[in-house]
Amino acid sequence: MISAKGLDLTFQTGDGPVHALSNVDLEIGKGEFVSFIGPSGCGKTTFLRVIADLEQPTGGAITVNGMSPQEARRRRAYGYVFQAAALYPWRTIEKNVALPLEIMGISAAEQRERVKRTLDLVNLTGFGKKFPWQLSGGMQQRASIARALAFDADLLLMDEPFGALDEIVRDHLNEQLLELWARTNKTICFVTHSIPEAVYLSTKIVVMSPRPGRVTDVINSTLPKERPLDIRESTEFLAIAHRVREGLRAGQSYED
Amino acid sequence: MNPIALLPWQSVAALLAAIVALAGLPILPDGMAPASTALVFLLVLTGALVPLLRLPTATESFVLFAAAHGPVYLLLSGITGHEGQAGLAFFALVAASWLIAWRLVTVLSLARPTSRPMGTLLRLVVPTLFGVWLLLLWEAIVRGAGIPFILLPPPSLIGVRIANSLPILAADVQQTIFKSVFAGYFMGCAAGFSVAILADRFVFLRRGLMPIGNMVSALPIIGVAPIMVMWFGFDWPSKAAVVVIMTFFPMLVNTVAGLTAAGSMERDLMRTYAAGYWQTLWKLRLPAAAPFIFNALKINSTLALIGAIVAEFFGTPVVGMGFRISTEVGRMNVDMVWAEIAVAALAGSIFYGVLALIERAVTFWHPSVRGG
Repeated sequence: MISAKGLDLTFQTGDGPVHALSNVDLEIGKGEFVSFIGPSGCGKTTFLRVIADLEQPTGGAITVNGMSPQEARRRRAYGYVFQAAALYPWRTIEKNVALPLEIMGISAAEQRERVKRTLDLVNLTGFGKKFPWQLSGGMQQRASIARALAFDADLLLMDEPFGALDEIVRDHLNEQLLELWARTNKTICFVTHSIPEAVYLSTKIVVMSPRPGRVTDVINSTLPKERPLDIRESTEFLAIAHRVREGLRAGQSYED
Repeated sequence: MNPIALLPWQSVAALLAAIVALAGLPILPDGMAPASTALVFLLVLTGALVPLLRLPTATESFVLFAAAHGPVYLLLSGITGHEGQAGLAFFALVAASWLIAWRLVTVLSLARPTSRPMGTLLRLVVPTLFGVWLLLLWEAIVRGAGIPFILLPPPSLIGVRIANSLPILAADVQQTIFKSVFAGYFMGCAAGFSVAILADRFVFLRRGLMPIGNMVSALPIIGVAPIMVMWFGFDWPSKAAVVVIMTFFPMLVNTVAGLTAAGSMERDLMRTYAAGYWQTLWKLRLPAAAPFIFNALKINSTLALIGAIVAEFFGTPVVGMGFRISTEVGRMNVDMVWAEIAVAALAGSIFYGVLALIERAVTFWHPSVRGG
């Protein structure tokens, strides 16, 4: 689904060049749930933005669905969920979810049907007529996920979507996200800086480290697809979490 | 405990003013009947002392209302025909009733309305009382002290002048507001808005035009108006042209600023949908710019009125608010000048108010409107 080879991205800033990504090689298969984890500045968000064609790499090659990222974006190959819900406050939740459909020129009847379906999918049934500022942070983020799902792209890119939410809401949303992933069979790329979140959600964990941003470890999860919340106390879970932590530490010591 | 200490300070001051008035009697050398004088004192004392009774807010407000407006009514009718003869007692009693009215406004401002219509009523009553007392004090001072009409006519005479010159005022409003202001305002705002969109679309315009637009905004209206009269003739088009020049720039800068108001995440979102320029403009950037655009519309509503009135000083057919002000002041008819000023203020307020209402309806989502 996504294939990166020797990917480089250098930002030119006032303080000289910043190597956001350096020689990143990664293969992501269809239907995978991939987490990117690492300290801030490791390029995990930048990598997601390169996939989304929101940033252009300065070296290397990347294909999304066998196309260039730009072509993939033009064909609306992915849905993107930002760190904040980024709902438009002058639109109701319904209208926000319908926004990509309007832009893609989908008929009004079909829009209504899809909005209803995706709002049901994220458990926001009955909140369609509310305005974003009338909902809690967790509900807003669920609405933004619905918006990314509304046009049925195969790929879902999520940039720390639950970072601003409290632990309890987060657990709940993680559980729902897994359920949604199982039901829709989408490929999900998920940026986070929480180790338990990454291990709980993913089939593949990409550990990254900063300066220059690079991949230090890729861990294929051995956890079953069916994951109740208490799987996080199992030894298998803890073993993977340990390996992630080791990977993060290795990235740190490399720098010192 | 000393009951005076329980009184609000306005009541204490009103009592002091009443004592001063007592020392300065009579109110007018040969004016008021003893009965009215006694009634004035009685009402002032009632108003000053009523807070001691700890009445319910509504009852207390009614007593204060009567105690404030009764005396001032008696005093103002007493002075009719004796302008300029008022002594210390007159002014002290006016001050006392004003202080009681102040107390009334304070009581009403602190009142907790029990129902929604009650709350709306209160929100209207307080500023109305405020405005009415401004006029009452103006009237009392001008007539009590006998200030020459030419310097400052009392509001009652201005009111009479307005009532007697409705057809002239209507014609002036028709000429200045409905023709010059509206035409100029719509053209100026539309032009500013369109150029802002163009400047947003084409970088060379933004770089080249904005500094020149800045210069246009610095053009002195006094200098531009006669030139516009030469270009567009004496009738309203020349005034509309002045208004266009005045309103163009505020709309241009505000719209340009507003178009950058949408957040980067919201723009990235549009990019992920591969939305085109016009789609992004229409669905994201213009709604986000709406608060800025309304700001410009409101600023321009007052600018347009000023521009049109001032422009009429430089040649106009024999109708129009600016024309009327400039000719009537030459003929010493200051009451007519004041009548035009009052009408202009009223028209300006309505114009602004309507825009503010539309703004509330359109930008209901903005934190400044929805409150939080």
